Amino acid sequence: MTTNPNREALINAWTSLWQMLPILLGMLLLTSLLLAWLPVTKLQALFGQHPLVDVLLGATLGSLAVGHPLVGYLLGGELLANGVSPIAVTALIVSWVTVGLTQMPAEALLLGKSFAVWRNLFCFLSTIAISFLTVTLLGLIA
Amino acid sequence: MARKPLKFAGWFFLAAILVAYGATALAKPGLAYQAIHYFLGMIEAIAPVLIMIFLLLFLTERLLTPGRTQAWLGRNSGLRGWLTALAAGILSTGPIYAWYALLAKLRSKGMRPALVAVVLYARAIKLPLLPLLSFYFGMAYTVLLSLLIAAFAILNGLAMELIDRTKEG
Repeated sequence: MTTNPNREALINAWTSLWQMLPILLGMLLLTSLLLAWLPVTKLQALFGQHPLVDVLLGATLGSLAVGHPLVGYLLGGELLANGVSPIAVTALIVSWVTVGLTQMPAEALLLGKSFAVWRNLFCFLSTIAISFLTVTLLGLIA
Repeated sequence: MARKPLKFAGWFFLAAILVAYGATALAKPGLAYQAIHYFLGMIEAIAPVLIMIFLLLFLTERLLTPGRTQAWLGRNSGLRGWLTALAAGILSTGPIYAWYALLAKLRSKGMRPALVAVVLYARAIKLPLLPLLSFYFGMAYTVLLSLLIAAFAILNGLAMELIDRTKEG
């Protein structure tokens, strides 16, 4: 009996999606719950300390953030307009889109625990480097 | 380095989240209602991306043999592999966790872990959102940040490669 390659590919694709489904639903539910628990408007009050503390705070908040990147940009723009340092805001928006502590359980399940931990750690460190580099280079260009 | 089948881990994860919802609903019903409202909005937004991912999974199954994956994204894929991963990350849309299944599938077919890291990092460059970033932070900032993210995507891939080789060696 010959197997139909299209049918086989369709079944395998569906199996992969089915395996991902509970993780995806779980992540969406977790994200929604965190968004309901943590109103982002109160974040601004946390900034305004030492620049390094602000950077670490921005990177940490961005790492925990679960909303759409658009929210990160809007929040970053508002924080910048309200006097939060550009380095801290850069740390927030970069870690928002690169580090995913909330998504890490899903990443660990599908791509491996070690991979997820190391990748997110490197992303966090990169965020701090990118923040300082962006603002320093921008200063030099200006 | 193929991943083991997930079996029931994902369902346990979902069950744990549902327990958290149950606890929230008991403690603060309004908050649980708000969370469900957010959830339904996200489901609506993510549906088209899921269809696209299903099609990509199908095409991956149909067209990408382990041999081809090894050649394009494997250990000996060279500069083409890095650039392919970078472009794939920049062009991909939707939430990151929706892409894990496709990347896990590609990895099981021979994709280099470093390139998986590059795809995931390069996703930080959001082409449709660049005008908004530019509006808030200026064009120079937007271009510079995007270039730095692309460079750090490669650096992160190299770092992951180092970790991978250390574990293997």
